[in-house]
Amino acid sequence: MGPSGCGKSTLLHLLGGLQRPTHGEVWLAEHRIDTMSERALARLRRHHVGFVFQSFHLMDELTAVENVELAALLAGQSPRRARQRAMTLLDRVGLADRAKHLPSALSGGQRQRVAIARALSNEPLVVLADEPTGNLDSAATLEVLRLFEELRTGGQTLVVVTHDARIAAVADRIISMRDGAFVDDSRLAGTTVGTGTVYGGWR
Amino acid sequence: MQDVVLAMLAKEPAYGYELRARIRGALGPLGEAMNAGQIYVTLARLAKAGLVTSQHAEGLPDRPDRRVYALTPAGQQRVAAWLTEVSWPKPDLAEFHLKLVAAAAGRLADPVALVDAQRRELLRRLRDAQRAALERSVDPVAGLLLEGVVLRLRADLEWLEACERMWTERDRTRRKATP
Repeated sequence: MGPSGCGKSTLLHLLGGLQRPTHGEVWLAEHRIDTMSERALARLRRHHVGFVFQSFHLMDELTAVENVELAALLAGQSPRRARQRAMTLLDRVGLADRAKHLPSALSGGQRQRVAIARALSNEPLVVLADEPTGNLDSAATLEVLRLFEELRTGGQTLVVVTHDARIAAVADRIISMRDGAFVDDSRLAGTTVGTGTVYGGWR
Repeated sequence: MQDVVLAMLAKEPAYGYELRARIRGALGPLGEAMNAGQIYVTLARLAKAGLVTSQHAEGLPDRPDRRVYALTPAGQQRVAAWLTEVSWPKPDLAEFHLKLVAAAAGRLADPVALVDAQRRELLRRLRDAQRAALERSVDPVAGLLLEGVVLRLRADLEWLEACERMWTERDRTRRKATP
């Protein structure tokens, strides 16, 4: 969490292996990823990371279910299995009845839920979401938050970048960033008591 | 509270317990904290002021929750006046603001640390309110109140960010000035 320009998205790109750090190390599930080859990074992204973006990044010409199954098809899965899995995922995000709709026929909140279903298709270790509600109104934000809450309860790890305190407030852990550095780290999991630490002491 | 109870009676006369249930229902999860006796104290005051009358319903024990309450003409006038009145609760930011000013001026505490503590508390409240709003069982109308609470807390948090920026900046300038 933090104001725009503080480095949140960069951090997320580093975590997802989309960018490399100029120094320091990036570890994901006990693997050091900043020294991996491009090829290994691509494999990592394909198999272990799910991405959700502010502007959905859906293919306009493909229906909801085609968008969700695309990654599995490219990874070499059979069309039948890919379709089955995509339908299960759309059902999970509450959009089974919109499977044949093009993105243009869906509301913003629905499009983002399709994008989340797509992000889940490889059963990722972690879903990285960059301002997932940035383009959504209040009601659609609630839809996406509900879905995140369900995924979280189901054991899915999510790392969400946001400047909206509403989104951050439902997380187990909130890291605040300012000018490219961590300034606060609160764990809210379980209890409602937050414990914070100040990083770096640059204050 | 008085105006709310009067307005809830405007549609038709009601039992005390009905009124209480209506108000609680409209408040949703926030209504759980409502004091059970409060409405009857309010009704008694309104009766004394001549704004409501109450009737003992036949066959029921004569208790405040079993009486039927109705607006008097004066009560109806007061409801009409309340509806057109423009008022809005003021959040009291001045006190916290002055706390920061005093802390910095007297070197009593680090204002940025005070802001941090306050932010964690607001985040905790925001978390509770947002979690309650995410419950699918919340009635949509009652959910609106939760949304209001959430949006207000978010605005307060944005203000705290502005506070943090200012006091961090001041701190840096002061340190430069006194090597």
